[in-house]
Amino acid sequence: MSSHSIYKEKSLAHSIEHDLQVSVAKCYQCGKCSAGCPVNSEMDYPPSVVIRMLQTEDPILEEKLLRSYSIWMCVTCEMCYGRCPMEIDIPKVMDHLRELSLQEKKVNPKAKHIVQFHKAFLDSVKYTGRLSELGLIADYKMRTFALTQDVALAPKMIARGKLHFIPERIKNKLSMKNIFKKTINKKEKPE
Amino acid sequence: MKIGLYPGCSLNGGSREYKESVNAVAKAFDIELTDIPDWNCCGATAAHNLNHDLSLSLPIRILAIAEQNGLHEIVVPCAACYSRLTISQHEVNGDEELKNRIAGIVGLPYTGNVKILNVIQFIQDHILDKLSEKIKTPFAHKAACYYGCLLVRPHGILKFDRPEDPQTMDEVMKLIGADPIDWAFKTECCGAGMSVARTDVVGNLSGRIMEDAVDRGAEAIIVACPMCHSNLDMRRQDINKSLGKDIKTPVLYITQAIGLAVGISPKELGLQRHFVPVIFPVENVQNTIKVN
Repeated sequence: MSSHSIYKEKSLAHSIEHDLQVSVAKCYQCGKCSAGCPVNSEMDYPPSVVIRMLQTEDPILEEKLLRSYSIWMCVTCEMCYGRCPMEIDIPKVMDHLRELSLQEKKVNPKAKHIVQFHKAFLDSVKYTGRLSELGLIADYKMRTFALTQDVALAPKMIARGKLHFIPERIKNKLSMKNIFKKTINKKEKPE
Repeated sequence: MKIGLYPGCSLNGGSREYKESVNAVAKAFDIELTDIPDWNCCGATAAHNLNHDLSLSLPIRILAIAEQNGLHEIVVPCAACYSRLTISQHEVNGDEELKNRIAGIVGLPYTGNVKILNVIQFIQDHILDKLSEKIKTPFAHKAACYYGCLLVRPHGILKFDRPEDPQTMDEVMKLIGADPIDWAFKTECCGAGMSVARTDVVGNLSGRIMEDAVDRGAEAIIVACPMCHSNLDMRRQDINKSLGKDIKTPVLYITQAIGLAVGISPKELGLQRHFVPVIFPVENVQNTIKVN
């Protein structure tokens, strides 16, 4: 596919076509994705504009995308993909842009809490193999200083037997360590 | 035949009543469910947002262990886990090179032949035939079947129900005596993983869902996803604050509604664990709270 690509060699549109087999050129700007997006009002660029910016292959606009809040606000509900008449897998494009934004340290400052939440989540999985809800909340609070958030919920969750105090661990913890070492910890430098 | 169960982290923690009700219903229909041994987290939103290879490797380890243990069919009640497992299987199975690379990362042999069922498919395949004869107390309420995002999208991969106005849950609910309503927010997003980082967004999105269901006369919201449940149930205070209302309409997992209809006790179904009590008739108070 890439040998006859219509895109410039170094553009994001090119790497999206090459790595994801998704062609942003198919988009004719009908806007259904932006209309159906549940978080469009929170975004700096709604989905159809994200795709349009990629189509231009303009490095300035690509830079704006990697630094945008939109890519982190996307909740991957798949509505845009479900309604796209050209079946462009926009959520997959969003994942790709997020991964690049993180690798190139271009995460939008407003999205800091969202990224910290994801990192806290994955830390729990890395060390125990499973998500510890209590551990996640504690880790997230330490990372963001959102210390008072949801404190009223905790006793109610405990009363309903919904919080484990001792995190569950899988037996084969080494397998988790290896998976992380060969994937996310390969590219991302420790902070 | 043994059917594997992938509970996932939510069903083992904050949404344990979902697992309790799945197991209770399976038992009532003489179905043997076996937890996949040493299962790990599917990676959820966090993994696919941050690293593609990780987002594929975590689900593939689960599927590889199911294969190793001779579990050819697994039920994944959490819609989000179901989505991650199905999408990963689809992507990896369609690309031999990727398949070998991910199997290498996971360190287990993987052929990719496990059949993955969501909770509705599990009910359709293993319960539906015997359901009518087992009904003791019909669930005679107007119900809004809320499918959310990941049970029906992306349709090209999941190939389940209709992506707009799905009907499978509605059909099951009719069988247990409910009156499923027509409404507009069946497949709208509740805000999902933003529950902690952007609680305001969840209050807003889930608020629109609750409001439409209640305005159209729903006495119960029926869900098949722990994130939909926790956002509509545990986050009810945020929803009511966003709407300026005091909505008390309960949210039940479909397996809890079935359980009640076939005579399983509310306690065994974990109804006492909800934040919004499951009490009928529902008395909603409109416009009692001033917004901010």
